Amino acid sequence: MSVAVLVPTASEFDWSFHGPKLVEALGQTLYMVSATLLIGGVLGLGLGLALYTTRRGGLLANRGVFGVANLLVNIFRPIPFLILLMVIAPVTVALIGTRLGSTAMIVPLSFAATFGVSRIVEQNLVAIDPGVIEAARATGASRWRIVATLLVPEALGPLILGFTFVFVAIVDMSALAGTLDGGGLGAFALDYGYKRWNFAVVWITVLVIILLVQVAQAIGNRLSRKVLRR
Amino acid sequence: MSPIIEFRDVSKVFESPGGPIRAVDGVDLTIEAGEIFGVIGYSGAGKSTLVRLINGLERVTSGQLLVDGDDVATLTERQLELKRRDIGMIFQQFNLFSSRTVAGNVAFPLKVAGWPKADRDRRIAELLDFVGLLDRAHSYPDQLSGGQKQRVGIARALAAQPKILLADESTSALDPQTTQDVLRLLRKVNDELGVTIVVITHELEVVRAIADRVAVLEDGRVAEHGTVFDIFTKPQAEVTQRFVSTVIHDRPRGANLDRLRRNHDGRIVTATIADGSRLGTVLASAGALGVTFEIVYGGIGTLQDQSFGSLTLALNGAHDAVETVVGRLREVTTIEEAS
Repeated sequence: MSVAVLVPTASEFDWSFHGPKLVEALGQTLYMVSATLLIGGVLGLGLGLALYTTRRGGLLANRGVFGVANLLVNIFRPIPFLILLMVIAPVTVALIGTRLGSTAMIVPLSFAATFGVSRIVEQNLVAIDPGVIEAARATGASRWRIVATLLVPEALGPLILGFTFVFVAIVDMSALAGTLDGGGLGAFALDYGYKRWNFAVVWITVLVIILLVQVAQAIGNRLSRKVLRR
Repeated sequence: MSPIIEFRDVSKVFESPGGPIRAVDGVDLTIEAGEIFGVIGYSGAGKSTLVRLINGLERVTSGQLLVDGDDVATLTERQLELKRRDIGMIFQQFNLFSSRTVAGNVAFPLKVAGWPKADRDRRIAELLDFVGLLDRAHSYPDQLSGGQKQRVGIARALAAQPKILLADESTSALDPQTTQDVLRLLRKVNDELGVTIVVITHELEVVRAIADRVAVLEDGRVAEHGTVFDIFTKPQAEVTQRFVSTVIHDRPRGANLDRLRRNHDGRIVTATIADGSRLGTVLASAGALGVTFEIVYGGIGTLQDQSFGSLTLALNGAHDAVETVVGRLREVTTIEEAS
């Protein structure tokens, strides 16, 4: 007698139908975002350190390295994510074996995040008082020791805020990635909300994303405050 | 005493879009082991560059710069890193590592020098005790006052037992009371640890308080150098005289002198005071010649345990009698006509 309505068409959020799908989508989003934050964060930190240390007057000043790094960042960072995703699809396929699914999406997401993070890292490192670096050099510390042990701790507070900002940007990009067969909250809102004109689903998705961002921002603020001891 | 730092015709040239800038220009100076040597100059005189040549934070363009036996002009970057372990440095803005505790700041040079953990901990406690901050070992720099920060800076600079301490405007950001505390601590570093200290400053008071000898720098050149007493009491170069007049208001000039002339008749002369000048004896005899006098300006202080200063007198009486008194004064000390 009871035939389950597979696809509700009214503008309503059906917990038994949408609920598990939302949880699954949230899981995919968290998977994509955290993997991207980790991979893009580490690579971006490295690239940011390279930009900062090789710039003119930097600890490891090197015109060649700086020129290449700066050019790469300037080329890739302004490319809209949607297009970047298409451009590097062959790389994604080569690495993952497919261009579909959340795991495949981590490739273009990490790629984009690396260049975004690198500029944020560079900006925060530039704000380190040069006198502090001079003091470290005056103790006889090698340039590499200063890069490895002093720079990141000295800029950690603002860096954490920068990474929080990046987290939000990655959530944004991941939603877009979701619409191109990447899964996650973006795909969920598109498939079950927008395409079926079910705005309850859209708004619930928005709510979940707002909560996600709020939690991330709160954690970021708390960590950076702790580091800055203010 | 033997030389520990010798500048031999040292120059430092910076390339800039507006052409080369000679920040340090043919400097010859010898700093003896165990002394406190002051380098004074106005901002832009090249003193910060001069001091950074010693530990190689800036590289010498030409000339020889012997630091404890090595010509730092010829050392490689790696050799310089080793050399810097023997040369501590403190800064105007302290430049502490904000991400590390007080103990962590002092530990940094020890880690650089490869001290084992147990030795490091012992040395940190010893140093913090020396600078009076043992109870703040676990504080972060932004929880400290300016004076405390500079004490940490000094502890950090001394951590790896350097022979030389470079102090770059180390008290310029501090209030007068704290300045005195920090200067006393530097004195103690010199007295008790035998560390040679090079003090860079634009404040003659700092030089007066702790230096044994001083060089006056102007436009990258040494305008004058000598003992602090000689520089204060017999400044030769114009720049030195300007410095001395900011600290010692010993000769009335300009508006002060105009005011004195308005208020006092007679001849106005300035007598230099030093140990053994018998000014009072001469003045006591002035009355017999019908000459009256008034002390209108001046002061006497001590510098490196010697009296120095000057008194400006307004002398009244018959022309010849005043002339006689001035003549007698000239026999016991240096007399200048007010001008």
